Amino acid sequence: MRVSKPTMTWRTIPLTKHRTWAYFLPYGLWLALFVIAPVALIIYQSFFDLGHQVTLNNYRTYFHSATYLKMTANSAWYAFLITLFTGLISYPTAYFIHQLKHRQFWLLLVILPTWINILLKAYAFIGIFSQAGLANQFLTFIGVGPQQILFTNASFIFVATYIQIPFMILPIYNALDDLNPAFINASRDLGASSWQTFRHVIFPLTLPGIKAGVQAVFIPSLSLFMLTRLIGGNKVITLGTAIEEHFLTTMNWGMGSTIGVVLIVAMIVVMLLTGDQKVKGGTPR
Amino acid sequence: MKHRLATGYLILVFILLYAPIIFLMVYAFSQGETMTNFHGFTWRHYQTLFSDTRMLAIVANTLLIALLSALIATLIGTLGALSITRTTRRVTRDSLLTLNNVLMVSPDVIIGASFLIFFTMLKIPLGFGTVLLSHIAFEIPIVVLMVLPRLREMSTSLLDAAQDLGATTRQLLTHVVIPFISPGIFAGFFMALTYSLDDFAVTFFVTGNGFSTLSVEIYSRARQGINLEINALSGVMFLFSLLLVAGYYWIQQAGHKRRRRKREVTS
Repeated sequence: MRVSKPTMTWRTIPLTKHRTWAYFLPYGLWLALFVIAPVALIIYQSFFDLGHQVTLNNYRTYFHSATYLKMTANSAWYAFLITLFTGLISYPTAYFIHQLKHRQFWLLLVILPTWINILLKAYAFIGIFSQAGLANQFLTFIGVGPQQILFTNASFIFVATYIQIPFMILPIYNALDDLNPAFINASRDLGASSWQTFRHVIFPLTLPGIKAGVQAVFIPSLSLFMLTRLIGGNKVITLGTAIEEHFLTTMNWGMGSTIGVVLIVAMIVVMLLTGDQKVKGGTPR
Repeated sequence: MKHRLATGYLILVFILLYAPIIFLMVYAFSQGETMTNFHGFTWRHYQTLFSDTRMLAIVANTLLIALLSALIATLIGTLGALSITRTTRRVTRDSLLTLNNVLMVSPDVIIGASFLIFFTMLKIPLGFGTVLLSHIAFEIPIVVLMVLPRLREMSTSLLDAAQDLGATTRQLLTHVVIPFISPGIFAGFFMALTYSLDDFAVTFFVTGNGFSTLSVEIYSRARQGINLEINALSGVMFLFSLLLVAGYYWIQQAGHKRRRRKREVTS
């Protein structure tokens, strides 16, 4: 069952042909120079080796090296875990917020942390997870004793989840908001229990929101690179970290671009899997 | 019972969301040097921050980049939205919209790396100019997405009426279209501003050696360990974000109110 979307009508603003071109020019230039050209360049660059020779070697190296393949699998696995945890925390949150009286206000409180610089949030966790930090004080207090928390895989996943939560809550909330309450009433009238109503009515109808959230969380999680350094202590290497390393440290742009192309392909796959969702509530970056 | 469970859960989530931010700002007032034990109140870290000329210069750079890039992106994005609305063929419009969204969904590292290749090929020296160009580039699509819905809401009768009354194309644009879509333009401007202030990865790639923005500076300082001056900075930035959010929502509310009024009139 699909809820029909309101059809948008497009109106054309009557401007003369000549003028239209003048208006389109800056935007068209941007499209050509900063959208089409860079994507083309990264694909082009991936066919060059360090000696500026045209070659397929980068791809050969990538697909024959256990290190690269393992790194890619690891990166996808971590992104999956981050998306999963984010989803598990966000769905009930969005659901409960939607039932509140002043939901717009609470939603605003969810959005507010996203306006704070991501580096500052990561930096806060360096303090919280440090040797004598808040987390370890708590662990000592409950009798577990201090642990090494910073620079572990778990801390990386925790902080990444923390940062992504609002971007998952928003699309799910929007989906809940789009849900026609008549469906829920009908389901209850026909004798379904709360759980059955949720399982067979609410959840399937909010699936587009979940998909949009997955899209908004999974792709950035593949490419996080400052968190792997600041929080993960370079133990976790994501595709993003690998690209940054190849471009800015080892200066092997060809290989970096090759991994970039892999990331672009991964992105397209994720977008195809999660369907053609309209972007809602702004995608995080 | 169920209600209490939901409330408890929400309280937990909100504590999780806000604890790190509050933690960060509280320690800006601690007399110690680390974020471990609170050692009594002091303004010292704020004094250090406001006498740190390097940091102040970077703050100025960041704000300059944000304002300039947001202004230019708003201009180009609005023109883009206007030309997208003007397209008559569906295929053209859909492909324009798809291209528009490429930078919205691309991971930051891809944008950063591809812009780096682009600037290097054109032999543009890395620094202020490249950072500005990159920020304009990734802000344009969000402006377009903010302006488009307003343009779609505009009724043709409004335009017909203006034309019947003898408005020229220019008058139509400046007196009818632009005022109507202005909430969208402002929303786009604010979003562009926050995108710019928030960006780290793209800037990190195209900034070169001499030029730095706040995000990049925080990154390099955070790698060296805890420095409570950053905490003080986070306090200032949090206040600034609050002001931006307030501004953004005020504009949104104004838009809503106007729409509601319109509905009351027409019904």
